[in-house]
Amino acid sequence: MNGCRRRMAALIGKEFVQILRDPSSLLIAFVLPVILLFLYGFGVSLDAREIRLGVAVRDSGEEAAGLLAAFRASPYFRTEVARDTRPLEAELLAGRLRGLVVIPQDFSRRIGKGIDPANLQVVADGSETNTANYVQNYAQGVARTWWNQRLRKTGQDLGGPELVARIWFNPELESRNSLLPGALAIIMAIIGTLLTALVVAREWERGTMEALMVTPVAITELIVGKIFPYFVLGMLAMLISVGISVTLFALPFRGSLAALLLSSGAFLLAALGQGLLISSAAKNQFLAAMAALITGFLPAFLLSGFIFEIASMPPAVRALTHIIPARYLVTNLQTVFLVGDVWSLLLPNVGILLLLAAGLFFLTAGKTAKRLR
Amino acid sequence: MKPVDDSSLVIENLSYRYDKDFPLALDGLSAVIRPGIVTGLVGPDGAGKTTLLRLLTGLLLPTTGSLRVFGLDTRDEAEKVHRFIGYMPQKFGLYEDLSVRQNLRLYADLHDVTGAERQRAFARLLVFTGLEPFQDRLAGRLSGGMKQKLGLACALIRKPRLLLLDEPSVGVDPVSRRELWRMVGELVDAETAVIWSTAYLDEAEKCREVLLLDGGRLLFSGPPGALTERVAGRCFQVQTIDGNRRRVLSHALQRPEVQDGIVQGRNVRIVLRPGQKPPAPALLEAGAGSRLIPVPPRFEDAYIDVLGGGPGGVSALAESISPLSGEREVTVEAVGLSKRFGDFTAVSEVGFSIRRGEIFGLLGPNGAGKSTIFKMMCGLLRPSAGSGRVSGFDLRVSPGQARSRLGYMAQKFSLYGDLSTRQNLEFFAGVYGLAGWRRKETVTRMIEIFGLYPHVRASARDLPLGFKQRLALACAVMHEPAVLFLDEPTSGVDPLTRREFWTHINGLVERGVTVLVTTHFMDEAEYCDRIGLIYRGRMIAHGVPDDLKEQVASAALPDPTLEETFIALLRQWDTERGEPS
Repeated sequence: MNGCRRRMAALIGKEFVQILRDPSSLLIAFVLPVILLFLYGFGVSLDAREIRLGVAVRDSGEEAAGLLAAFRASPYFRTEVARDTRPLEAELLAGRLRGLVVIPQDFSRRIGKGIDPANLQVVADGSETNTANYVQNYAQGVARTWWNQRLRKTGQDLGGPELVARIWFNPELESRNSLLPGALAIIMAIIGTLLTALVVAREWERGTMEALMVTPVAITELIVGKIFPYFVLGMLAMLISVGISVTLFALPFRGSLAALLLSSGAFLLAALGQGLLISSAAKNQFLAAMAALITGFLPAFLLSGFIFEIASMPPAVRALTHIIPARYLVTNLQTVFLVGDVWSLLLPNVGILLLLAAGLFFLTAGKTAKRLR
Repeated sequence: MKPVDDSSLVIENLSYRYDKDFPLALDGLSAVIRPGIVTGLVGPDGAGKTTLLRLLTGLLLPTTGSLRVFGLDTRDEAEKVHRFIGYMPQKFGLYEDLSVRQNLRLYADLHDVTGAERQRAFARLLVFTGLEPFQDRLAGRLSGGMKQKLGLACALIRKPRLLLLDEPSVGVDPVSRRELWRMVGELVDAETAVIWSTAYLDEAEKCREVLLLDGGRLLFSGPPGALTERVAGRCFQVQTIDGNRRRVLSHALQRPEVQDGIVQGRNVRIVLRPGQKPPAPALLEAGAGSRLIPVPPRFEDAYIDVLGGGPGGVSALAESISPLSGEREVTVEAVGLSKRFGDFTAVSEVGFSIRRGEIFGLLGPNGAGKSTIFKMMCGLLRPSAGSGRVSGFDLRVSPGQARSRLGYMAQKFSLYGDLSTRQNLEFFAGVYGLAGWRRKETVTRMIEIFGLYPHVRASARDLPLGFKQRLALACAVMHEPAVLFLDEPTSGVDPLTRREFWTHINGLVERGVTVLVTTHFMDEAEYCDRIGLIYRGRMIAHGVPDDLKEQVASAALPDPTLEETFIALLRQWDTERGEPS
């Protein structure tokens, strides 16, 4: 065994002993992911179910009662009915209702004349835009369906094509299915960035880094000595998280293990590179943790398309997402889990991740020549 | 072109600046460090010791000037330098969650020490350091002295040509300190250069050559004897004093012919200005039976001499407060004080009582439990067993009232770094209930007494260490407390500032203030009326320093120093319990 390999083996061995002896690394690697998974698996849902909707029925006619029944029957709404808008407006103001539908006084009369119920008023609470969209679309949908059924019942022909919606990849529009792959990306970002930034900062704090640097060890050996153990740890954490997601949360897994490992491996390298870069600047654990959260966790959470769709971001922010590694992993994981091995999509993303990782390592190696500043 | 000297370390006009707006950390240093001897790098904190060591390792590069380590330039040949360097940074550079053997193995691998050579090195170092029985113990669980030895062993894995030790003895018990000296002494051969950095001036005298640094400048380089030569014939001890030694010191320091003085147990040591005759003992009010005996000069005397003499003997602080009247009753008392953290006993059944106007010193290595005792006596930590009283108030029952009677200066800088000097003073005045014109008057007085005026607007964080400590003391004494707790008040500060601190402490005590102080400077313990030796959470001995010395004096050691006394008492205590020291 030559000197270089022996030194790397020694550093890697030392790191594993430390990981096993130090509960905080194991906590971050294995307990935190499980907590996050349970949070996203059970706690977070973006689905619209039982939105509280007020229906003001100002018309006492038969048609109005029919429409009201349609709203009551909808699984998306829990309705509260009143004769007038005023009490419902107060509820809306207090945040107890998310939206309001007003059935006007002349509703039944106009329907009787065969006029489209387009004069239905829908009020939505715009302070939560997502829910407001649901209210608007679903309320219109309910009214539209009711109108079509009524037309069919009376034997009138609709004329024109009828739109039939089909949702691919996640037919039940179960938000958990698209959230969980994103959560896995977040977990990887935390382990990769936070853990490496912390352990290197700890070496600075305890003065061991200074001692290492005065040995014949080369800077690349030091970097490999940090990357390898946490790569292994991160992949292990990943596999455990995938196992939990697939078995406990019934997340479909339509791609191959190879695609999963390739995508997450490439991402983990980039995240580890980012963690090392942070640690070359932040030499105490507090600073390192803050920097890792702000540059690693938050972008992975906000700018990866995990929760907020990238396509609807302003152009400047959208441009920024291109250098956020988590963006590519979220896409790849959602594809691998929900669609399958679409290599034409997966491979370019893996390539970009590897490029980002290489760039980060290059920066780190340049910054941490065996010097203190 | 000058021939390259590749047999020693050549430093030429070396300067280093950490940042553009910072003052020079090292300023125009030139020296030659030779192999075959131990070179002491001596100076207070902030003198530039660590900076120089890091420059020698190539971890920092010179701002200007040059540095050649055995002919190699650290700018572009640092890698080669690292092949023959052994470096022990301040915290020993050990992995606390690795065992002794794992630490050794790691450093052996990194230094390419393998095969039979490695087995020989391990065997030799484990015996050499006495760590053989503890190979499987985690480094974090070793005592300070054992950590220091392991750190040394890791630096010695491949026999280095240059051994750099950054304050290896700070806070370590005196037995381990002495053993480290012995080990390093055994190591030195004709090829090896050893640099030992230290803030303890008594260690300088053990080095063959010394670089004395002060504020980034080289004050002196050469054999320590050449420096102490300056004050030869000017050092005296006032012995068999009949009266108050603190007052004798104060009188002595007010004499124009005296430039420096300290209390040494029952005696007072004075250093005269050049060409002056010693004052008659009568002038010092030392009593009829007192004598003035010439004593050999010490490195510290010469250091003060280079700096132009110590401060005067009058404490403006003590003058400004009203004397406390009353009997010499017990004002601070600890009974059976114990503190356990989980299954670790930090302090075990410590008891002492201090009378009004007395200085009681707690002496012991880092981690022995001094600060824990302090925190319990301030009512900041609840004892697991036992009790403490301050000015008659039980700390368990009325910690608030007890605290209002005492001033506390914490070991670490405990002021607000973002507030200016004046804002810190005003804040603490407010905390202690000083309001209106009294607050204003007190703050102004403190600024005058401690010479803080040039720094009133500066953030406390940016003050030089000596001024940080002065400000901390000012904040602790503003409310004129009857009891003063000082936790390592002079750690790392230069000897002039230390003199000034002790002048204040002596002055306050004369006014009836009770002082509890911790220190790891042995010579400072001699200022104390009584001391307690703390070791592994226990008080292993206590009493008047000179009485303790007499207690261990023997035919082989007729006149032990306080350090030798401590060592003898430690050994005694260890053998009684059958524990390895």
